[in-house]
Parts: sequence; C-alpha cells; structure tokens
Amino acid sequence: MAKRVAIVGTGQTFHKSHRPDVNGQELINEAVQAALKDADIKISDIDAIIIGNMDHFEGINYVDCWSIDGSGGFMKPVIKITTGGTTGCSVAIGGYHLVASGLFDRVLIIGWEKNSESDTTGAITTAFDPIWDRLVFAGAISGLAAEAQAYMARYGATEKDGARVSVRDRKHALNNPHAQLRKEITIDEVLASPMLADPIHLLDVCPRTDGAAAVIMASEDSAEKITSSPDWIWATSNRHSYSYLGDADYGRLTSMREASQDLFKKGGIKEPRKEIDVIELYQPYSFGGIIWIEDMGIIGPGEGPRYIGEGNTDMGGELPINPSGGVISCNPIGATGLIRCCEAAMQVMGKADQHQVPDVNFAVSTGFGGCWWTDMILHGKKKPGK
Amino acid sequence: MSDKDYIIIESGKAEQPFHYAVGMHGSKFFRELKDNRRFIGLKCPKCGKVFIPPRGVCGECFVEMNEWVEVGPNGVIGSFTILRYAFIDPETGQQKPIPYGYGFIKLDGADTLFQHYINIEDESKVKIGARVEAVFSKERKGSIRDIEYFRVVD
Repeated sequence: MAKRVAIVGTGQTFHKSHRPDVNGQELINEAVQAALKDADIKISDIDAIIIGNMDHFEGINYVDCWSIDGSGGFMKPVIKITTGGTTGCSVAIGGYHLVASGLFDRVLIIGWEKNSESDTTGAITTAFDPIWDRLVFAGAISGLAAEAQAYMARYGATEKDGARVSVRDRKHALNNPHAQLRKEITIDEVLASPMLADPIHLLDVCPRTDGAAAVIMASEDSAEKITSSPDWIWATSNRHSYSYLGDADYGRLTSMREASQDLFKKGGIKEPRKEIDVIELYQPYSFGGIIWIEDMGIIGPGEGPRYIGEGNTDMGGELPINPSGGVISCNPIGATGLIRCCEAAMQVMGKADQHQVPDVNFAVSTGFGGCWWTDMILHGKKKPGK
Repeated sequence: MSDKDYIIIESGKAEQPFHYAVGMHGSKFFRELKDNRRFIGLKCPKCGKVFIPPRGVCGECFVEMNEWVEVGPNGVIGSFTILRYAFIDPETGQQKPIPYGYGFIKLDGADTLFQHYINIEDESKVKIGARVEAVFSKERKGSIRDIEYFRVVD
C-alpha cells in the first residue's frame, strides 16, 4: 500500500526577466534555501532529490550532475525528470511517487529555468519532429494560436474573451511579490498590443523568465512532525495524446479532459466546481484559461467566456484561478509547473499571504506542455483516507 | 553591482548537423509526393482512421497499419494562424520571413491534420473550413518542401 504524502515546505526565487547576477546552480540554491527554511529542516534531512528543466533551453545538459552545490545533492540520490512545459509538474509527480513508494521519506523537488540564456522559440523547436513538424512551426505560440482560432470558430468566442483572462491574471499578480510582471492591464490594452499570431496579441501570452522553485515532500511518517499544516497530495494524473502536432483536436485539450476525469475519480471529487476552492492553472496564454477549465469539467463547453466574464474566477469569486498571477505574469518554464504546485500548496497550508483564498480545502495545480499534454495534482487540507 | 556589471559569455556560432531517418512509411510518402504528386496515408485496421503523416502504428489502438490510401491533394483548413512576429528559424539560422500563413489542413480522406504554409495573399479568404489545394514545387526532392504551400480555392 502506498504511503500518504504531503508537501511540508515550498520556496521560490523572486522571478525576473534576467538574472545575470547568478548562474544556474546559484539560482537553484535560492529556491532550495527558501524551501528548507519554510519547512524548517536541514539539507541533511533530505533523502533524495528530483530536479528538472526544459531540454536545450540553456544548452547545458545534465543539470542533475552539475547543480549539486546549489541543489544540495552532494552524495545523495539525484534524478532528473524533464517533460517540456510540464516538467515542473512532472518533477512533483515523480517526487510523490518516490515518497509514496516508502523507499524515501523526505524528497526535495526542484524546477528551474534561465530563459534569458537562449532563444526560446529556437529551443522549443528542438522538441518537435524535424521531418514533419518544423517547417512552419513557430514555437509555442503557433499551436496555441491555432487552438484559440478553432475554439473561437466552434463556440463564437471573441478576442475580448481571451483578453479578460489576461486582465484577471495580471491583476492577481499585484499581490504576489514573486511574480515578474506586476502591473495591471486593461482589455483595451491587450487588444491594442501587437498581434503575434492571429488571434493572439502580445499581452495574451506569458513573458520569458529566469526563476526556480522547490518543494519538499514527506511521507505520513514525518509530515505532521515537520509542519502542523501539511498540504496532502490526494491524487496525481498525467496524459499524453499525440505524436505529431496535426494529430491534436484543435479547440479542445483532450489530455486535460482525460487527466481531470482520472484525477477527480482518484480523489473522490464529484462536483469539481463546488468542491475545488482554488486552481493554479499552467496557462501560458489567455485562451487556455477558457478552453482548459471547460475540459477540466469546471463548466461546460463554450461556457468559459461568460463564466470568467462574470468574475467567477477572480479573487473573491466562486472559484479563484491563479491567485499568484499565473503564467501570464511569470514563466520560468522548467519551474513554472512546480510554481503552480507551490502556490496550490501555499493556499492549502494558509501561507499565501496577500493572495490567500480563504478556507481552502481542495486545490488543483496543473502542467501543460508540448503543446498538448497535461499533468495534474489534487491538493487537500485533510489527510486522505486509505 | 548593477546588471550591466555582470559578465555574459557567448557560446559562439555553434553548428551541429543531424541526420534523421524518415523511415519506411515516411520515405514511401515522400517518394509518392515527389514522383506522382500524390498524398498517401495509412489506415488503421481497427478504428479506420487515416493518418497523415503516415506511421507504422495507430497509437490509440496500438495496432500495426499496412493499408495505404490516397488522400488529398485538396482539403479544408482545420485550423490556422498567421505569424506576424519575427523569430530565428533554428533549422536555418535565418529570420523566418513574416507574415506567413500556418495551416493545419484536413486533406480529403484523412483524419489527422497536415501542417504546411497557407498562401495569405487574400487574408479574408483564409478561414477555418475554407477549401484549399496543394501547390507543388517545381523541383521536388522528396521532402515536406515538395509542396510549396496550400492556397484557398473559391
């Protein structure tokens, strides 16, 4: 039988567009120190480390090896996991598996990126098939634009509906000192910003960020000794859907649909909209905030624009999404999924300060990548039953 | 110290060519395209879906596919975007010429989408559901570039 697993500490850097004052391992160390401090434990208490970032973004492979001074991995088991955009969420799922197995009691999980060190579109392109996918490919944005285009054609949504999501996340970021972009924007400003790839404007998409995040997980044997308010992992799920980019169902995120059904079934969640108190969604562009919560089963297909437009996902609304300001405000890619996990954990643990949602019993964090796969974690305040 | 005081080292003009195997199914597809200007896909014996690009296995049914069927050369736009921002094409090291139309084309008879350029001379015609035809390159060498682009047909 698997051990129950909880997050007992989280740490993040103060994310910025460029951190020339630190190299990779120094950046990683900032997040690790913050997580150890949050949990009030020492590196000697850690049994194993999982670390990951995007392949090729810095052009320096094997971060599991060269980062040990910063990660604290000296003479410890260190495993690298990298799954593209979902990396930060996948390292967390990997950490959960290690602790749940009973083989390791306390595991440190790290995600990081120095996006400033390379051309992001060039680096992302290396993840795609050279024979069939690369001719017209334009980084993450081309597929996302095609998704938004298809969704708009299918459901009659407008560019304004997308812009509303950017406005929400950028407003939420004002309350998060770790976010990179902390300036409010308006719907008109989003629509007036340069068109990158129809229908996606500059202010519909995430920035490039340097940053790192760390999470400490512990088994039920020690979690409650480390903290009186652990964030229990109720379930995890991930789904992959395609080989080539043309295989996807544009306008729907089928991997999110399948992963959500699996996650909520495992966690015993029957009415996600009522039972989930907050979502940290890996949402690198505005329309993802509409389409993907429909696929998650929060609302029905085509209902996203109205639901979001009415303020239901704003702070103080029925189901706040991205209290941290989300990916639109900050995207150190290999860390981004783990930042969602950190933020969900902080909400459950009651540690989110200015952007705390009151009385969180269940939170969901997600990862998105490649471009059409999904990782998810269900976080809870109560200890899950066996 | 301020940001400008920190030292940044450039990697230099690194070049590392790769040699990718297209495989037996892809090779057959490109040979048909080059010699006969025909698109061929593979049909799954279980679910009946026709796959472009052709591949040996239907991932969902996890069964081998052997039945070749002709698809296209016409189809409809399944989805698309028009790229308007400049970026470096990592395949060539050159800036990609913008703006350009990026189409996900549903070729007649296929169940997946085929990615290629869409001619955007008249942007108002480029819409989801619009019928398109393939324009073949004059000189064909057996690659994705044997098609120049797709264009909307009235």
